[in-house]
Amino acid sequence: MKTKKSLDELMKKNSRGKRATGASSKSARDMAEEPVRWNLRLYVAGQTPRSLTAFANLKRFCDEQLAGRYQIEVVDLLKRPELAEGDQVVALPTLVRKLPEPIKRIVGDLSNTERVMVGMDLKPLANI
Amino acid sequence: MNVRAEEFQTLDAPRRGVVSAAMARGAGRIQAGSNRLKAASKRNGEPPSRLSKVATGIIGFDEITGGGLPKGRPTLVCGSAGCGKSLFAMEFLVRGAMQFNEPGVLLTFEETAEEIKKNVASLGFDIDDLIRRKKLWIDYVRVERSEIEENGEYDLEGLLVRMRHAIKKVKAKRVVMDTIEALFSGLMNQGILRSEIRRLFGWLKEQGMTTVITGERGEGQLTRQGLEEYVSDCVVLLDHRVVGQISTRRLRVVKYRGSTHGTNEYPFLIDEEGFSVLPITGAWMDYEVSDRRHSTGLRELDVLLGGKGLYQGSTVLLSGSAGTGKTSVAAQLAHATCASGGRCLYFSFEESPPQIMRNMQSVGLRLQRHVRRGLLQFHSTRPAVHGLEMHLVRMHKLVERFDPSVVIVDPISNLETAGTQFDSTNMLLRLVDFLRKRRTTAFLISLTGTSQSSESTVEGISSMVDTWLLLRDVEVGGERNRLMYVLKSRGMAHSNQVREFLITSRGISLVEPYLGQGGVLTGSARLSQEAREAAEKQRYAEEARRLELALHHRRLAVEAQIAALRAGFKAEEEEFARVATAAKLREETAATDRAAMSRSRRVMATIRTKANHIHLTEDR
Repeated sequence: MKTKKSLDELMKKNSRGKRATGASSKSARDMAEEPVRWNLRLYVAGQTPRSLTAFANLKRFCDEQLAGRYQIEVVDLLKRPELAEGDQVVALPTLVRKLPEPIKRIVGDLSNTERVMVGMDLKPLANI
Repeated sequence: MNVRAEEFQTLDAPRRGVVSAAMARGAGRIQAGSNRLKAASKRNGEPPSRLSKVATGIIGFDEITGGGLPKGRPTLVCGSAGCGKSLFAMEFLVRGAMQFNEPGVLLTFEETAEEIKKNVASLGFDIDDLIRRKKLWIDYVRVERSEIEENGEYDLEGLLVRMRHAIKKVKAKRVVMDTIEALFSGLMNQGILRSEIRRLFGWLKEQGMTTVITGERGEGQLTRQGLEEYVSDCVVLLDHRVVGQISTRRLRVVKYRGSTHGTNEYPFLIDEEGFSVLPITGAWMDYEVSDRRHSTGLRELDVLLGGKGLYQGSTVLLSGSAGTGKTSVAAQLAHATCASGGRCLYFSFEESPPQIMRNMQSVGLRLQRHVRRGLLQFHSTRPAVHGLEMHLVRMHKLVERFDPSVVIVDPISNLETAGTQFDSTNMLLRLVDFLRKRRTTAFLISLTGTSQSSESTVEGISSMVDTWLLLRDVEVGGERNRLMYVLKSRGMAHSNQVREFLITSRGISLVEPYLGQGGVLTGSARLSQEAREAAEKQRYAEEARRLELALHHRRLAVEAQIAALRAGFKAEEEEFARVATAAKLREETAATDRAAMSRSRRVMATIRTKANHIHLTEDR
């Protein structure tokens, strides 16, 4: 229960925090390119070690690559199983990039950052 | 007894009778089988009576599996593309929800819910209604490799979550996954996939879900992805074969752990009522027979058949070459059956119903009124319109629905065009078995080619018919005439006579043909022979009359002669009498004379004496 609570808090904090940083970083990045708002959704089922790993990996990745312009929504399917159908979740954990379009899906604990970048279209495969 | 009781538990009630009879026969085998079963279950620590089954509601399938699919366990239904495995699974769900009040969950990996609704709407299943009433839950699971990037460890908990959610929503008892193989193409990590699928099945078993998973047929193994390794309880194989441009679907229960099951390949078909499996009903010849007889509709033919006609529920074969009046005989039977209040089902593979009715009117049979009264049904199809199996199932269904006492198939020889002769014989065997079991009289018409011997072409089924009537035509004196005889008829004293078969505007009649020196005479030959005979008879009669007259005259003459003789004799007699009288008279006269004479002599003597005395005295 402790871990669960902490994760929940963590998630809330992060979402809030990122939203805040995102807002602030927008102005900072104004000149570089049009800021793209990233809307990510991570599906998990309970506080399994794998869920936690995935979340940690995702957060680290976002902080590195998308600092300030992302939003992570964590969906616990044990609590809201009806949401699984909408995003065609089969494997867990699943990361869904809702925005920017097109929708992208990555399954797994996101342990390979390079591949996450490819999967999220942040880096062309050839450049790896 | 114990064993049988246990076996019974695996069957659902309505089919018990059928199988129990079968089991009674094969009791020894089953006993041995269930001993093995017991031994096996001891290892598993589970008594065999635990194996209960869930009826699928699929026509025929529950029969061959002795009750349906193993309850609370997964079953693999595999086959190549288009073999009907999805429909099997879908029907299992829908019938479960509709007939057995067992709600179901469908996880579809290939088709969307909308597509599935459309697919089964043609079978009369209202999926929307079932979903509304919470009897069915359809979840379309889309797994597209191009949309999924794999990164690190994962599991299939998402699928499980969805399944759990669906099962909870409708309180499901049945689950279908069609087809889980899509996961293998959508996800790359086979190791994870396989262990997760195993976990999924384990979980489903734990939940007591009767599950059907479908799988595509693979090379050298049952399914492409080797799904059979996860499903060890029951495997059903569907097959779709095309022979001679006509397709036949077949089903086989490859494996059914802890249960006896039919191991044959059973033909099945998919029609407007869904899936139907056809058990070959001839496995046990345990049908009961009837002593009741019914007329053939031809009084003279009944006489040939021991005077009482056919046995109810017997199989009758009527064979003959073209134009010998086979259909007319059949129509006569139909007419007689309907006239006595029975129902008759007429399958025609050559003529349309109006055509048959019109043609039969020409021999004085008004079949329309029987059709109007609902006692006679015609079904006309072309034999090649679908495979034999389809024909058989259609016949099964129509017979079950109409419940006739007589079924006519006109002609069976045509069915060969829808398959090989072997297949058609096989199919007929099953049809006959089915009808015998129902105690429905089967009247099969077979057309024999003109060049062939009338007794050769139907050898395939001739051994299974009870009564074989033969129609033949003989060509004599520039005309063709029909002959009928009873080639065989089991269980009755039937005539060995050949009858001439006449089709007139007032109906059919059988007349005794003329049996003369030149063999059997029919038609005009018979008529002329009869006329000749009549003339001869007359001549004889006249001759006799003439002779009689002559005799009469002779008698008269003789009598006259006798009279003349007698008259002559009488004259002679009279003459004789006259002579005799005369003689007598003469004698009498003579006597009188003599007396008179003697008297006179005496007088004279006296006189003489006196004279003498006188003389003497005178002398002295």
